[in-house]
Amino acid sequence: MDFTLDKKHEMAQNLFRDFAVNEARPLAQETDETEVFPRATVEKMQKYGFMGINIPKEYGGQGCDPLTYVMCVEELSKECGTTGVIVSAHSSLCCDPILTYGTEEQKQKYLVPLAKGEKLGAFALTEPGAGTDAQGAQTKAVLDGDEYVLNGSKCFITNGKEADVYIVIAVTEIQTDARGRKKKRFSAFIVEKGTPGFSFGTKEKKMGIRGSSTYELIFEDCRIPKENLLGAPGKGFGIAMHTLDGGRIGIAAQALGIAEGALQRAIDFTKERKQFGRSISAFQNTQFQLANMATKVEAAKLLVYKAAEAKRTQKSYSVEAAMAKLCAAEVAMEVTTKAVQLHGGYGYTREYDVERMMRDAKITEIYEGTSEVQRMVISANILN
Amino acid sequence: MNIVVCIKQVPDTKGGVVFNPDGTLNRAAMLAIMNPDDKAGLEAALRLKDEYGAHVTVLTMGLPKAEEVLREAMAMGADEGILVTDRVLGGADTWATSTTIAGAIRNLDYDLIITGRQAIDGDTAQVGPQIAEHLGLPVLSYTQNIKIEGESVIVERQFDDRYHVLKAQMPCLLTALSELNEPRYMTPGGIFDALDKEITVWGRDNLKDVDDSDLGLKGSPTKIARASDKVRKSDGELKADLGADEAVSYIVEKLTENNII
Repeated sequence: MDFTLDKKHEMAQNLFRDFAVNEARPLAQETDETEVFPRATVEKMQKYGFMGINIPKEYGGQGCDPLTYVMCVEELSKECGTTGVIVSAHSSLCCDPILTYGTEEQKQKYLVPLAKGEKLGAFALTEPGAGTDAQGAQTKAVLDGDEYVLNGSKCFITNGKEADVYIVIAVTEIQTDARGRKKKRFSAFIVEKGTPGFSFGTKEKKMGIRGSSTYELIFEDCRIPKENLLGAPGKGFGIAMHTLDGGRIGIAAQALGIAEGALQRAIDFTKERKQFGRSISAFQNTQFQLANMATKVEAAKLLVYKAAEAKRTQKSYSVEAAMAKLCAAEVAMEVTTKAVQLHGGYGYTREYDVERMMRDAKITEIYEGTSEVQRMVISANILN
Repeated sequence: MNIVVCIKQVPDTKGGVVFNPDGTLNRAAMLAIMNPDDKAGLEAALRLKDEYGAHVTVLTMGLPKAEEVLREAMAMGADEGILVTDRVLGGADTWATSTTIAGAIRNLDYDLIITGRQAIDGDTAQVGPQIAEHLGLPVLSYTQNIKIEGESVIVERQFDDRYHVLKAQMPCLLTALSELNEPRYMTPGGIFDALDKEITVWGRDNLKDVDDSDLGLKGSPTKIARASDKVRKSDGELKADLGADEAVSYIVEKLTENNII
C-alpha cells in the first residue's frame, strides 16, 4: 500500500491549489458578505475544465478519475466553501447520474455541455416534508401522451436558479401491495431551466456557503418530454441514492478542504500572535490542540481519498462514501471551531477566514445525508 | 505553423539557493519552477496556436529533472517536448547554452522561435538573442500582441513608456516578458495526457553543427570568480520631520560627507 500521490495527481493538486489561491481566495470574503454567486470564478473553472474532471473525454470532460475531482473540491474549499460546493453539486449530482443512467442522446444533449461547463447542473430530491425521509416526497410526474406532467416543489436546491439543467426526482406510480399498503415508485427526470411551468421560489438565507445559490423549485403543470426520463421508469429512488453516494464523496472533499484551510490558518495565526511575551504556538495547550486537529484532518483525508478510489474501482461504494462524509464533516466542524478558539476574539470577527469556515463547515454535517443518515448507512452494512 | 518555445527550469525564488563548490548553482538541490518569462513566451505561442493553429514544441536544456517543466508546458497545451541533457553540457554559460540550443533547433522545422527575455537565476537576457545569432535569424525582443500576417509576424515591442510596432519575415525569434502575458493554467486532462506522452531526449550527439569546444563548462568563456548570497543592506534612515529646504540641505550634506558630490 502506497500513500504517496503519483505525478499526475501531484501536478493536478498543484494546479487546483494555485487556482484556488489565485482565483477563489481573493473573492471568498466578499462572496460570503454579499451572498452573490461567484459567476466569474465559475466561468474560469469552465475554461480550465474543472466542471467535468471525471467525465470521459468523449462526453466533453477531462477524462480524469474521482480522486482528481476530489482534490479539486478539496483545494477550492480550503479557500472558499461556496466555490467547492458549486463544483461538487454540478459534477456529482448532475453530471454523474447522466453519465451513469443517461441514454446516448441524453449524454450528447446534456452531459457534453455540462462537462464542458457551458451549462451548470443541479439535483432536486429534497422537499419541505421530505428530507432524511426522502420517500416522503410528494412531487408527481404523470405521463400524458409523449410528455410527463410535473407538479410539486423541491427545496434547498444547491445551484438553484443559476443552473441550466436539473435532475428532478418525482413520484410516477403508487403501488398497493398484497396487504393493501401503498408504496411510491419514483422516477428521475432531466429538466431544463426555462421549461414552461418550472419556476423558482424563495432564495434561502443561509448560515454558511452564502454565495452558493440555494432555491426552492416550483413545478406547476410543467411538461417534460418523455425522452427526458433518466433511467428506467420507477427506478428513480435507486438512481437518487446511488447519485448521493457519489455526492457524499464530493461533500466529504469539501469538508476536508474547509478543515485543512482552518488548520493552516490556525497554525499561521498562533505562530504570529504573541501573548505573555511569546507566540501562543509556544504554549503546550496550543501545540496539543494543533496536533489533535492535524491528526484528525489526516485521518479524514485518508477516508476521503479511499472513498474516491473506491468509486473508481468498485460498483458499490456506499459505506466508503458514508464513512468519508461522516468523518470529514465532523472533523471540519471540530477543527473550524477550535481554529476560532485559537484565534480568540479575532476569530469571532469576519476579518478572519476561520469565522466563515466555521459557518461553512456546519452544512457538511447536514446536506447530502446528515451525519445521522451516514451512521444509518454504515451500521446497516456492518450489522448485515 | 511550427513554433519552438525555449523554456528553462529555474530555482524557485521562494526556496533557498544552494551553490556547488565551483560557484555554479546546485540545481538538483533546489525547488524548481518554469522561468516566468519563458512561461509568458509559451503563453504567447499557445495564443497563436488558438488563433491560427500551430504545432508548439517546447525545448529545454538541463538536468533530467527539467523534464518537469516540459510536462507542465504540455499540460498547458504544448504538443511536444524535447529535453536536451548530457553531462558534457553541464556548467554552460550563455554562450555554450545558446550554442547547444541552436544545435538542437537545427534538427527542427520552425517558423517562429520564442524565448523568455531572461531567466530569474542568471538574469543575463543573452540566450534568446544569441540563439537567433547562431541560426542567422532576426530577433524581436520584449514582444507582446503577436499577430501573423502571411509569412510575417507583427509584434508590439515594449519600449519604456510606449511600444514599437515591428514586422519581421519568418522564421525569426521573439523574446517575451512575464509582465506582458498572463499565462494560462494547466487543465486536469492536459496533465493526465502530458504524463502519458513520451518526451524526446537528446544528448550531445543529437546537436547539429556544433563544436565540442563551444559546449559545457569548458566551452564557456564566463568564469565565475566567486558566488555568494545577497548581502542584506541596512534599512536606511528616515527623516520625515524636515521641510523641503531643510531636506535638500540634509541630502547635500550627506552626499558630500560620503564623497558622492
